[in-house]
Order: sequence, then C-alpha cells, then structure tokens
Amino acid sequence: MSDRRQFITGAGLAAFTGLGAIGALYAAKRSWDPLPSVAASGFTIVDLSVAKENQLVVEKWRGKPIFILKKSVDMKKDKRDIVVNGENFHISIGLCTHLGCIPSYRPEKKNFLCACHGGEFDASGNVTKAPPPSPLVIPPFKLDGTKLVLGEEGSEYKKLKDADLIA
Amino acid sequence: MAQIKKANGIGDWFDQRLATKKLAKVMMTEYWIPKDINFLWAMGVVLVVMFKLLIISGIFLLMYYKPDAKLAFDSVNFTIMQEVEYGWLWRHIHAVAASFAFLVIYIHMFTAIYYGSYKNGREMIWISGMILFILFSTTAFTGYVLPWGQMSFWAAQVITNLFGGIPVVGDAVVTWIRGDFAVSDSTLTRFFMLHVFLLPLMIVFVIVIHFYSLRIPHVNNQEGADIDFDAEADKYLAGNKKESKVVPFWPVFLAKDFYVVCVTLVIFFFCVFFFYDFSLPGVNFEPANPMVTPKYIYPEWYFLWSYEVLRGFFFDIGPIKAMDIGLIAFAFANVIFVILPFLDRDPRVLPAHKRPRFKIWFWVLMFTMVILTIYGKLPPKGINNVIGFIASMTFITLFLIMPYITKKDAKGAK
Ligand code: FES
Repeated sequence: MSDRRQFITGAGLAAFTGLGAIGALYAAKRSWDPLPSVAASGFTIVDLSVAKENQLVVEKWRGKPIFILKKSVDMKKDKRDIVVNGENFHISIGLCTHLGCIPSYRPEKKNFLCACHGGEFDASGNVTKAPPPSPLVIPPFKLDGTKLVLGEEGSEYKKLKDADLIA
Repeated sequence: MAQIKKANGIGDWFDQRLATKKLAKVMMTEYWIPKDINFLWAMGVVLVVMFKLLIISGIFLLMYYKPDAKLAFDSVNFTIMQEVEYGWLWRHIHAVAASFAFLVIYIHMFTAIYYGSYKNGREMIWISGMILFILFSTTAFTGYVLPWGQMSFWAAQVITNLFGGIPVVGDAVVTWIRGDFAVSDSTLTRFFMLHVFLLPLMIVFVIVIHFYSLRIPHVNNQEGADIDFDAEADKYLAGNKKESKVVPFWPVFLAKDFYVVCVTLVIFFFCVFFFYDFSLPGVNFEPANPMVTPKYIYPEWYFLWSYEVLRGFFFDIGPIKAMDIGLIAFAFANVIFVILPFLDRDPRVLPAHKRPRFKIWFWVLMFTMVILTIYGKLPPKGINNVIGFIASMTFITLFLIMPYITKKDAKGAK
C-alpha cells in the first residue's frame, strides 16, 4: 500500500472510531445525570407563624434539611434576614458549605456548629470559623403571607440573589 | 502451524497446545527469588489471600443484598445478619478482610519504601501498586455505602462533596456522581455497580500487570544487592543450592509464604469471630437519615491519615479559603506516593539503614502517618486542630524535601 493510501485509511479509521467514542461517552455521561423525575421534585410550604424565637425549626425540601430560625430582638439583624410582619428570620439549606454535614444550632451561644470539621456559623448563617468557605445557602423561596413556599423564586429571593447574598 | 504429535499423556497434550511446561518454568519453578529476604516479603501473597476472601464472602453477601435505598439496610442487618444461616460470618469476613487488606497494603508499601524497591527498574511495580491502592480505596468506600446506615450515608455525602472543590464545574460534577441533588437511591445503585463489578474487574486487571512488572526486574533483597539472576540460577540448577543466592518461587519461596499466611489467617479468624467491632462501626447500625448527621463522623481507620490532612487546614491563608487549601493538600497526599520513584534522586538501591538522611526521613514519615491517623479520629477541637495542622504540614514538607535529602545521601556516599 502506498504511504498516501495508508495515511488516508488510517485517518478515516481514526475519524470513525473517534466519532463512535464521542457518541458513546456522551450517552454514558447523560446516563449518570439525574433522572427527570428527580430533577422535577416539588415544593414545600412552611408556616412561619409557628416558629418560636431562638429555636431552630428544620423542614425537609428536596431531600435536604431547611433551617428556619426566628430571631429574638436581642439578636443581630442581618442583610440576609427574611422579614415577615416585622420579625426577622434566618432561612437556609441546613448543609454545611464545606462538605455537607448538618450543623447543629446552639441556642445558648446563638450559633451553628458543624461537628464534622469544626466549622461555625453565626445565627445569620455567616461563617465565623473556617473551613466552610461561604455562608449557609438560602434556598429559592416565595413569601405568601406568613407562609414560605420553598422551591419557587419570589421577589424577596430575587432581591437577595441580585445583591449576591444567597451564599 | 506447530508440529502437533500424538500426545503421550494429558500433560503432554496440553503442553503441545498451550506450552504449559514453559509457562510453569517462567512463572514458578524458574522464577528466581533472592534468598536474602525476610517475612515482610510475604505480604504480597498475604494480600492475594485477603483478596480471595473478599471475593468469596462478597459472592455470598451479593446473593441476599438488595441495592435499593428502601431495602438495602434491612437486607443487610436483618436478612443477612439474622435470617441467613452463617450470613453474619460472610459479613464479618468481608468487613475484617477489608481492614486487614489495608493493613497489609500499608506494610507492603512501607517495606518497599524502606528497602528502596521502587526505583532503578522497579518503577512500574511501584506505580501499578499505587494504582491498586487507589482502586482498593475506591472499592472500600463504595462498599462502605452499601449497607445504607448512617455512616454509609454521611460518608457518601462528605466524600462526593470533595469533588465540589474542582474549579468551575465542581457542583455539576457532584450532582453527576450522585445522580441526584442529594445522596439518594441513584447514588446507591451506581456505587453498587462499581463495588461489585467494575472496580473488582479493574483490580484483577491491574494485579496481573503488577505481577508481570515484577517478573523482569525481579524481587529486591534486604541489602539491595544487584544479583546476577542468570548466573545464580545456573548454580542452583547445577545442584549448588547452598551457594546460590536464589531460590525458585515454587516450591521453595511459596512454602515459606504459606507459613506467614497461616499465622495471618489465625489472627484474621480470631478477629472475625471475637473482635470484629472495629470494622463495623455501631453508628452504621442506624438506618441512613438525611436529616440527622451523626455527632462524630470519621472514616475507617485506613483513611484517617488522608482525612486528617484534609481537615488539618482550618484557617484561611490570605485570599485562599481553608476549604481549598484542605482539598489541595488532600489531593496532594493521595497522588504524591505514586511519583515517589521520581522524587528519590539517589540512584542506588539500598535499605534505609544504609542511607543516613533517608533513614531519618523514613521514620519521621512513619511517625507523621501515625499521628495523622490518631488525630484523624479525634474531634476537631482546640489543640487537636493545631496538632493536625502541624502533622499535615510535616507530611507535605517531607515530600517536598525528599529530592534534596536523597541527593545529599548519594553525594555523601562518594
Ligand atoms: S462539613 Fe462542616 S466543617 Fe466540614
């Protein structure tokens, strides 16, 4: 076979296999993605009026814990607070932004401690001790009177998002 | 085609078709092993035995295990542990053998480091061995998740989150690995596939490469002596067995190995029957609960040292976040051993006690690993943080200075 023919045959074969490989890899990648039924999981509605001051309420949304903390008057207010009827709430996904353990709330110290690697957050979800790299994440929510709808982006959420305060 | 004649027996029949006599010589009766070795040289064979135990016990567990987030916990803790006759035995063997395998891997590894068996032609043995270590680690982790207890769930949560540290695509990668936004059923079923099929298959494949890569450069010896295997083999075959510096792998070397294997198995089965708790943490006998993190979470003992390197960096340094430093250090700890042959700038193969600076380096490394392992299990509070940080720094520094130290040793010898 001439060099030229050998080259053309080789290049053709390489292109063909390459095409097959890309197709197979793409299909394999997509097979590992979340299923549509998983991706489209629903909403959770929480009534905020039942929350008590300085007592953490934990709700479940999309398989994740959601922290709801009603602040007492002596607790520091924060830009990230959600204000309902003049009362300040801290609401966040209850997973440490380090590696995802659930921090526990310590009412006496008014802060969160993550026992996994010793991270700490204040009552507004801001990091006070590393390793967590960023504050507790605020989930998408909508306010409906005293009801909180998790999973929907309301105007208050969008405001926080635009101010870059959600995480 | 080869000349096939009428065979004069079964052995000859196979030999004509598969060259079995030649094969037996190459792999066993004329595979020469130096005489100047000690029991540490038996760890490879002990590991093979552990791997077999894992496969056999795994097969029995597989017959009753159900890879489903709703069924997994009961299929292990009720069906296998209580209903199936001797189901507990397979589970204990499986868990204890995993622990033993890692213990032996570490001994095997540090023996190689001590005697310099990773360089001067033996690089591929070392590298394939470290690939096996990584494969074993992944298999152990995916297996740990299968019983779907509290530790299973939170180990999966924390370890998959590690990938979130990858720049830009981190979060997407975490979701992709889990097949969900949180660790869930889809995570369990894919880990199941990896644990029982893909990873063991890869391990078997790399084991073959590992053994093959040893065949050409041969096994090292206690003094790092450069043996002329052909000349020594001739002596042995000519009947000068005493004078020859080598023995055949089979039957001489393996016979001694079996002795070490027997001793190990006695200890092993003692643990399986009476002392298995260390490999089956109590918290994992509570079903997985995504809403409650156990008070203390820590990995199995064999991952504690690298876990502590991850935790060791608990404060931000300038603009770099503590989390990122931890992740970089963790990644460093996991790959640095692979390139060890290239960090050692001393071309001579010698045991550590004949390399003055390397000897200190080696024992400081051992000490650091032990400290990391101990503190990896303690809660990250107060002084523990500081010790963890110092030990992690020491670990990293040791590898950074290794090229200088080994070079100096080489110079000093001249
Ligand atoms: S997961 Fe919270 S500090 Fe690491």
